[in-house]
Amino acid sequence: MDEARIARRGLSPRLWLAGGWLLLAMLAAVFAPLIAPQDPLAQDLMLERLPPFWLDGAEPGYWLGTDSLGRDLLSRLIFGGRIAFIVAFAAATSACLLGSALGLIAGYFGGWADRIISRVVDVWMAFPPVLFAILLVAVLGTGLSSVILAIAIIDWTRFCRVIRAEAMSQARMDYIESARIAGYGRIGIMLREVLPNVLPSVVALLSLEMGIAVIVEAILSFVSLSISTDDPTWGSIIAEGRLSIHQAWWVLVFPLITLILTVLSFSQFGEALKARFDPVLR
Amino acid sequence: MSACLDIRGLSAVLPNGQRVLRSVSLSVQPGEVRALVGESGAGKTMIGKAVLGVLPKSVRIVEGEMLIEGEDLGRLDAKARRTLIGARTALIPQDPLTALNPSRRIGPQMTDRLVRILGWSGERADKRIRQLLNEVQIRDPERVLKSYPHELSGGMRQRVLIAAAFAAEPRLIVADEPTTALDVTVQKQILRLIAQLQRDHGTAILFVTHDLGVVAKISQKVSVLYAGKVVEEAETAQLFAAPQHAYTRALIAATPRYTDPYASLKPVDESVLAGLTAEIAAADKDWRPGHG
Repeated sequence: MDEARIARRGLSPRLWLAGGWLLLAMLAAVFAPLIAPQDPLAQDLMLERLPPFWLDGAEPGYWLGTDSLGRDLLSRLIFGGRIAFIVAFAAATSACLLGSALGLIAGYFGGWADRIISRVVDVWMAFPPVLFAILLVAVLGTGLSSVILAIAIIDWTRFCRVIRAEAMSQARMDYIESARIAGYGRIGIMLREVLPNVLPSVVALLSLEMGIAVIVEAILSFVSLSISTDDPTWGSIIAEGRLSIHQAWWVLVFPLITLILTVLSFSQFGEALKARFDPVLR
Repeated sequence: MSACLDIRGLSAVLPNGQRVLRSVSLSVQPGEVRALVGESGAGKTMIGKAVLGVLPKSVRIVEGEMLIEGEDLGRLDAKARRTLIGARTALIPQDPLTALNPSRRIGPQMTDRLVRILGWSGERADKRIRQLLNEVQIRDPERVLKSYPHELSGGMRQRVLIAAAFAAEPRLIVADEPTTALDVTVQKQILRLIAQLQRDHGTAILFVTHDLGVVAKISQKVSVLYAGKVVEEAETAQLFAAPQHAYTRALIAATPRYTDPYASLKPVDESVLAGLTAEIAAADKDWRPGHG
């Protein structure tokens, strides 16, 4: 109860920490050309494998050190954030719209609609998601839109399952029956009575899914199936860092920390938002 | 004048063929309160749901007619039936906790129906709702209208639901055990409110309950239901003064009395139930839908 009360006043530390990090990372990504201390693509073999600023041998202006080609790690992380966030928003939103709509229909209408949608979800979920993604990108070709499409195609089931279950439990409530007695149409009831009650879950899932999209994108860049290899992405930086882990650990560690913080923040932010959105928890 | 609600020989079955309603006939005259009393599982709620057109999908009506103000629901297409039920009936539900949409404020939730279904202007609906909230003795309607359901107590929510039921001036209200989920102290007030509004508005009520004490207080006529069958129907005073059927007598005998609070609770007499069950089983054996 205390936590809920704090959440209402907007003081939940979870919401602030997670939201703060996301805001910071997003602003950095948006204003990357203004903020990044160096050109993320500029190679300089004289400056290769510089350590982060607190270690001996660090150069000013290269805060987190450089990779094996002498490119500034911080600038690459900031620019990599652009792709991470574009993918996060576009892929998660598409997956959310598709999955939530189908889940709402399956859960509220039941019957044939539910049987068909549920079977498709079952089949879909039998595919290992990462292999499925790699396969899809291989078929669709690499590039930003393919990655977004692939993530949406794979992950809509996550929304569908949860929203279906929620819509089903809402559909059994007496207020739905009252709405039917009053003479509302089925679609009207679905949109006006059921949807607002599943919205908190949609929001929480959407935020969680953004985190997952960031991971999938990183995995795809890790296996060089994401964007063209020139543009830095967190996954491709991790892939490069892995090769020089014994000479320059920071090239692997900093993108990993960035990735983990971002994914964690998305999921925590979603949970905190759900608590604020839900009139009963509030 | 045609009855407000007229049910004639209504039978319903489950998918496995088991009968849940057995040729039920009952009528509610305009402005009258008809109690429908029986144990849990007797099919009281089922009858209410059948009238309102919200039977579960698994329950199928196999014979009989239901008329609302002379209009046969069975002869109307689905849309016309919905419109008729929506315009002339309302429900006071059993559980005020789940009968209001938790994510919508009370005000819009109450006016919505008047505006969307009956085509009233927002202003008129708003005025009407305030008037009804006043009638159910809600002291600060402003606060209630702005509240979410969870911010109100069970008794308050039930008042809101009563106000909502009467707001659209329905001819018939189905009250499905409206006091069962409430505190005993609140039950009495809610019952009195329903009786008051019923008199003021002249609305006919089909009052579903398992509580004979409630029956005595609120209704003019009673139908006693057992296993989906009407075993006795009478004027309320008549029923308590001279119950005709053995089951009714057993039911009345099983009612706890305030005059003797230390008496142990008596269950309904086993031998009466056994007789009834045998009678019903025998009738079911020969029963074919449409042949009585």
